[in-house]
Amino acid sequence: MNKFTALVRARTMEFLRDRGTFFWNLLFPVILVIGFSFAFGSGGDSLFKIGVSGLKDDSRGTFLELSSIEVIAYDSKSADVIEKLRRHQLDMYIDFDSMTYYLNDESSSSEILRIITGAELSGFTENEISGEPIRYIDWAVPGIIGMNMLFSCLFGVGFVIVRYRKNGVLKRMKATPVSPLLFITAQMSSRFVIVLITSVAVFTGTNLFLHFIVNGSYLLLLLITALAILCMISFGLIFAARLKSEELTSGLMNLLTFPMIIFSGVFFSLEGAPVFMQKASKVMPLTHFIEAARAVMIDGAGLIQIMPNILVLSGMTVGFLIIASMLFRWD
Amino acid sequence: MSDLIRIENLIKTYGNVRAVDGISFSIPEGICFGLLGPNGAGKTTTIEMMEGILKPDSGEIYFHGRKIDRHFKQKVGIQFQNTALPEFITVKETLELFQALYPNPRTIEEIIEICSLADIIDRDNRKLSGGQRQRMLLGLAIIPRPEMLFLDEPTTGLDPQARRNFWELIGKIKAENTTILLTTHYMDEAEVLCDQIGIIDQGKLLEIDSPSKLLSSHFDGALVRVPHFGREDLVFSDGSLSGDFLEITTRNLDKTMKELLQSELNLEGLSIKKPNLEDLFLKLTGTSLRS
Repeated sequence: MNKFTALVRARTMEFLRDRGTFFWNLLFPVILVIGFSFAFGSGGDSLFKIGVSGLKDDSRGTFLELSSIEVIAYDSKSADVIEKLRRHQLDMYIDFDSMTYYLNDESSSSEILRIITGAELSGFTENEISGEPIRYIDWAVPGIIGMNMLFSCLFGVGFVIVRYRKNGVLKRMKATPVSPLLFITAQMSSRFVIVLITSVAVFTGTNLFLHFIVNGSYLLLLLITALAILCMISFGLIFAARLKSEELTSGLMNLLTFPMIIFSGVFFSLEGAPVFMQKASKVMPLTHFIEAARAVMIDGAGLIQIMPNILVLSGMTVGFLIIASMLFRWD
Repeated sequence: MSDLIRIENLIKTYGNVRAVDGISFSIPEGICFGLLGPNGAGKTTTIEMMEGILKPDSGEIYFHGRKIDRHFKQKVGIQFQNTALPEFITVKETLELFQALYPNPRTIEEIIEICSLADIIDRDNRKLSGGQRQRMLLGLAIIPRPEMLFLDEPTTGLDPQARRNFWELIGKIKAENTTILLTTHYMDEAEVLCDQIGIIDQGKLLEIDSPSKLLSSHFDGALVRVPHFGREDLVFSDGSLSGDFLEITTRNLDKTMKELLQSELNLEGLSIKKPNLEDLFLKLTGTSLRS
C-alpha cells in the first residue's frame, strides 16, 4: 500500500464507520426530495391554460370566455411559448395572426381542448408537438442534490481538517515524511469518491419511483456532478487551510452556505429576481452546477450549451486550490 | 561515541516571552538523554525544534554532523505530548496507515511484541485507556526504525503501574541501540532511564551530565532539610534557603545537628537523606518540578 492509498483508506473508513454522519449524508437529501415531490406534486388547479397571440375583438373563440379556461396573452408566437406548451405549462396555444393552433399530443388537457374548440377553430391549421410535463420535483432535484453536495464537501473536508489541526492529527502527520500536498489530495480524493457515490445513489434511488425527466445525457450529468464536487471541495479547503477553531469554521461555513442555498436557485427560480441578485448568484459554484444540471435534464442540453458553466466551475476549482495551497499551514 | 544530534544556540520567542533562550547541547549515539524542567521551562519547545516541527528563530540543529534536511523525518520517531488519533479506526489499522508512510517500516508483529499491543490490537482508538494509548503512540513512533526517538512527557498522567510498564518498553527500545531524547518532570523516571540529563528552566540549560555526576558535584554527604518557619536570619555553612525550607548539605552530620539544636529552630518536619535529582532540581531552580 503506498502513502496515498493508505491515507485515502483511513479517511474513508473513518467516514463509513461514523454511522451517524454516513446515514445523514444519505438520508437527508432523500427525505428532501421525497418531501418536495409530495408537497409540490401534480394536481394543483384544474384550469385549462391557453396561450394566445394576435387576439382581436372580432376574433372567434367564445370558449375563451369560459371560467375554467385561463387565457394568457403573448405578443407573438415565439419558441418560448412553444416550450411552455411542451412542458405542459400551457395546454394550447392559438396564434390568430397566422390562424394556427398548437396542441401537445402527450397532454390529456390538450386532447379535451381540441374537442371543445374544434368547431370554432375550423379553418385554422393544427400543429402537434410532444413533451412530457415538467413537475416541480424535476426542476428541484438538481438543487437538492447540489445542496447536499455543498454541505458534504465543506464539512467533510474543510471542517474535518480544522478538527485535525485542533486535536493534533495534522501535527502528527507533519512529523511523518508525508507532504501537505499528498495529505490534502488524499483527503480530497476520499471525499470526492464518497460525495460522488452518495449523489449518484440518491438520484438513482429516488428516480426509481419519481421517474425524473432526463432529456440530456446521463454521462454529461455525471461529468458536471464530478466537476461541481471538486469545485466545492476546493472551496472547503480554503477554510481548512489555516483556521484553528471548529466553532469559527462552522459559523463561517453556515454564513456562506445559507445565502448560497437561497440565491443559487435551489428551491425557486431566480428569473424574476433583481438583476444584481442574478449576477451575484453567478459567483457561487452551486448556481453553475444547478443551471447546467437543469439544462441537461429538462432542456436536453449538450456539452456545448453547458460549456460556460463547465468553464466557470473549472476556473473556480483551480482558483480555490491555488488560494488554499498558498494559505495552508500544518499548524 | 560520536554525537548523533547536536543543537547550537537555539532561540524561540513567543510574543515577548523567550521560551528557549540559547540552548546548546549534544547527544551521543545510543544513549537515553533526559531533558528535565518544570512546566513552562521550555522542554516541549526545545524538543519540537529538534524534531523539525517548530522552526527556531535562530540556532542550528545538526544530525550526524549535518544540518537537518527533509530526509530527517524518515530517520526519527516522535511521540508528542498530546496527539489525537484518527477516529473510528483500530490500533492495527492506525499502525498500518503509518507503516505506509515510511520507506522501511517495522512489521506489525514486531511492534506488537515491543510495545505489548497484542491485547488491544483490534480495539478502536477511542476506546484505549491512558496507558494503552501511550503504548500505541510509542508503537507509531518506532515504526520507521528510528535512529533517534523523541518522547515528550510520555508518562505524564499515567498511574504508577502503567509508568513502570512503559519504562520497560523504553528499556527494550534502548537495548536496540536507539538514541532517545526524553522530556519528563518525574525525577524517578530520569534516574531509571537516562544516561545523561540536562536541566532547563526559563528557557536556559542549567546543568548537563550523568545523574550520578550531577549529584556528586552538587551534593557532598547527606542533605538535611527543615522548615525555617520564617527565620531567614539563620546562617549555616553549606546551608541555603529554598522556599519554606532550610537545606544543609553536610559531611559532618553530628556537627550540623548540634548547630541546629543550638539555633532553637523548631525541628518539626526535619528530614535527613541521600540527595536525589529532585533535591538537585530544587537547589538549581529554587522551585519544585511539579509546582
